[in-house]
Amino acid sequence: MSTATNTIEQLANREYKWGFITDIDADSAPKGLNEEIIRFISLKKNEPDWLLEWRLRAYRHWLTMKEPRWANVKYHTIDYQDIIYYSAPKRKARPKSLAEVDPELLKTYEKLGISLQEQERLAGVAVDAVFDSVSVATTFKEKLAELGIIFCSFSEAVQDHPDLVRKYLGSVVPYTDNFFASLNSAVFTDGSFCYIPKGVRCPMELSTYFRINAANTGQFERTLIVAEEGSYVSYLEGCTAPMRDENQLHAAVVELIAVGENAHIKYSTVQNWYPGDAEGRGGIYNFVTKRGKCIGRNSRISWTQVETGSAITWKYPSVILQGENSVGEFYSVAVTNNHQQADTGTKMIHLGKNTRSTIVSKGISAGFGQNSYRGLVDIKKGAANARNFSQCDSLLLGDKCGAHTFPYIEVRNNTARVEHEASTSKIGEDQIFYCKQRGLSTEDAVNMIVNGFCKEVFRELPMEFAVEAQKLLGISLEGSVG
Amino acid sequence: MKSITEQAAWYQSVFDALEKSLNGEAQSGFHVLRKKALNRFKEMGFPTTRNEEWKFTNITPLATTPFTPVPAGTVARIAPSAVKHYLIPEAHSLVFVDGHFSRDLSTIGEMPDGVIVCSLAEASRRHAALLERELARHAPGEENSFVALNTAFSLDGAFVSIPDGVRLTEPVHMLFLSTGKPQALIPPRNLFLVGAEGQVSLVETYAALNDGVYFTNVVSELLAGEGALIEHDKLQNESRSSYHISWTHIVQQARSTVTSNLVAMGGSIARSNITTVFEGEKGLCTLNGLTLAAGTQLIDNHTTIDHASPHCESHELYKAVLDGKAHGVFNGKIFVRKDAQKTDAKQTNQTLLLSDDAVIDTKPQLEIFADDVKCTHGATVGQLDADQIFYLRSRGLNLLQAKDMLTFAFAADVVHRIHVESLRERLVSLIHDKLHEGRISS
Repeated sequence: MSTATNTIEQLANREYKWGFITDIDADSAPKGLNEEIIRFISLKKNEPDWLLEWRLRAYRHWLTMKEPRWANVKYHTIDYQDIIYYSAPKRKARPKSLAEVDPELLKTYEKLGISLQEQERLAGVAVDAVFDSVSVATTFKEKLAELGIIFCSFSEAVQDHPDLVRKYLGSVVPYTDNFFASLNSAVFTDGSFCYIPKGVRCPMELSTYFRINAANTGQFERTLIVAEEGSYVSYLEGCTAPMRDENQLHAAVVELIAVGENAHIKYSTVQNWYPGDAEGRGGIYNFVTKRGKCIGRNSRISWTQVETGSAITWKYPSVILQGENSVGEFYSVAVTNNHQQADTGTKMIHLGKNTRSTIVSKGISAGFGQNSYRGLVDIKKGAANARNFSQCDSLLLGDKCGAHTFPYIEVRNNTARVEHEASTSKIGEDQIFYCKQRGLSTEDAVNMIVNGFCKEVFRELPMEFAVEAQKLLGISLEGSVG
Repeated sequence: MKSITEQAAWYQSVFDALEKSLNGEAQSGFHVLRKKALNRFKEMGFPTTRNEEWKFTNITPLATTPFTPVPAGTVARIAPSAVKHYLIPEAHSLVFVDGHFSRDLSTIGEMPDGVIVCSLAEASRRHAALLERELARHAPGEENSFVALNTAFSLDGAFVSIPDGVRLTEPVHMLFLSTGKPQALIPPRNLFLVGAEGQVSLVETYAALNDGVYFTNVVSELLAGEGALIEHDKLQNESRSSYHISWTHIVQQARSTVTSNLVAMGGSIARSNITTVFEGEKGLCTLNGLTLAAGTQLIDNHTTIDHASPHCESHELYKAVLDGKAHGVFNGKIFVRKDAQKTDAKQTNQTLLLSDDAVIDTKPQLEIFADDVKCTHGATVGQLDADQIFYLRSRGLNLLQAKDMLTFAFAADVVHRIHVESLRERLVSLIHDKLHEGRISS
């Protein structure tokens, strides 16, 4: 088939648009990991003793753990001593306003299309940008502060709101949780912190931008979002990284806590880390632990993710549904092209009565990509009348890729209703034929069909992100017309 | 017998005793296989729940009990009248008692030319070359403890061979009866060879005359030649204290059609594995399964459909009805290999939970490496529909009757797919009994 050869050729020519490297002096720790390094990070960040102790406990626990291998992904063993665990752009003091931020950095963001000034002026999106591991500038802070919303970098939160951080850090993902979460707990450098007080509806989308810049660094950020009774927040996360030949590790932890009644957290990710080149060299290992906990009655947590980047994506944004009537949602589009691998899905743990969860997962595989959905729906004994609906569909473009589904359903309560359905298919020739007959090119037809395939998920994204996600999808699949 | 070393030592000692009783046969080619299998078993040991394949099925009670095969000379004599109840009148019957073939109880009628239906022990004397070529060549003894254990201890079982182009009109029924002897290891080994365009219906029944803590560990290998048409039915109705582990390994050549129907309702811990591999194009495979569990039963069904060739089609329907404190497990794997284009695979798994304490763990699984395929799976877990119950009650049925009728309809969907008529009838009455039993226990 000539289209197949075409596909591969075109894939090889695809470029990573965000693959520039910013030349800034970085203030880094030496390579390697030991208690000294952790003390160094903690000292650099001027942390209180309890946090250092917590990090050290996590590190000691991590030493006793084995790297998990059960995921359906293949990669070379990671040398944890060959990673720089702290790399911060050098600067004199904390920037007071955008004018003080290193212009090189601002330029980087401009290239990424998230110019801070522009955003502040036009978009009304508050961005907390994390460059390597340190938060650079946070916009709209004052405006949010008026409402009592705290939105700042994690390091600032440790300094300014230690009680809140201490109360909630590790309450959803304890430092003993899993190998990568323990590693993160020991060495995390920065991230975002967000607190929405009682009854406040956050008037704008909060957003962080993560970018791995320095070579040989791992990015270990930590995000903590707490929503009190009756509050609402929509949080966006975007990620990119420059092109490098070696693989870089990204092991983040995200904790969402819907504390009060009717609290609602919406967390959206567009992940576009460098996926490696057409031969599968380089790229980010994206091993992330994301979990939310619905404590309050009627509380709600939704995860929406569009995963187009990373050499390997290995993550399961989960929800613990503890409060009565609480709702968990997971909407995901995962694209693997070239030699990318993704093992992603969700866990919905139903503890409370009348809890509901919805899972919609769309996997798209092209080139040599391997895409796995792995999910757990766990209905515990006390979860009377729990309800789950799961749908995971896979689309295959090309005959060298793979799509896999591993759904686990564990039911301990007979009043629960659980439905799961999955399908795998390729784009129908009749569908393409129909579009072409209406005057569309094959490429446009595929784009349109793929977008239609993902529509249920895109619909959940905030407007700005939905547009970006559609474009990203188009770029990721450029040329992979099957 | 808690540790793996103790377990290995036990089965080694049992094996040594068996070897002595074999006399001259200990030199045969098959015995070499046995020895190898025993060593493999000792290396692997029994699987634990840390093994992903056994995550939900804890077999510790089985692993820690010292089982031993029933010596041929000590098998209890059973009157034909006691067996009649279990037989399928229209079928050729091979009856095994505690794992040993019973000529007196079996009835094998006239066979078309070339058809062989006999015990495996007899076949190993009369058709040694054929067995040498096919026996223990297909089931995965290398990576599986229970297949290895079966190979190490199996002395008998059923052998059916249908030559090319022959159709056997009557079903062949293999009845494995247990006397409920405590700590008996019953390791039947079955081999079914069906030639090109051959047709046959095979029925395996597992039942017990008395309750007892015995362990049936069976392996069946089924080879479907090109264009063969086969129905394989299995009724697992072991006694309530027993353990049942089975592996059915099916290899399908081009254009062959295999239907497997499994009804699992007995045993305290029961696990059935059915694997089918498409070795040729345009094969069709249908797997139907029904689990009925009550009390504290654990019934686990694992299926694997390996689409190794293009243009093959598979349909799977597995249902479970769980009552009391029963625990159901289902894992259905579908693999679509790289070149298996135009594969059409459909899997459905439905569970009905009748009581507050029943538990289900289900894991449908698709692994697809080809692009031009149509694969779907669906899984549901729920209870009886309130509207349907209401409707039936509005028609004058009481609550119990309404529930029974709906539960029966749910289960009968699978039973009605069985083509062996008297087996189907028997199942209908067994299901009614089981529903009744579930009610008493809950």
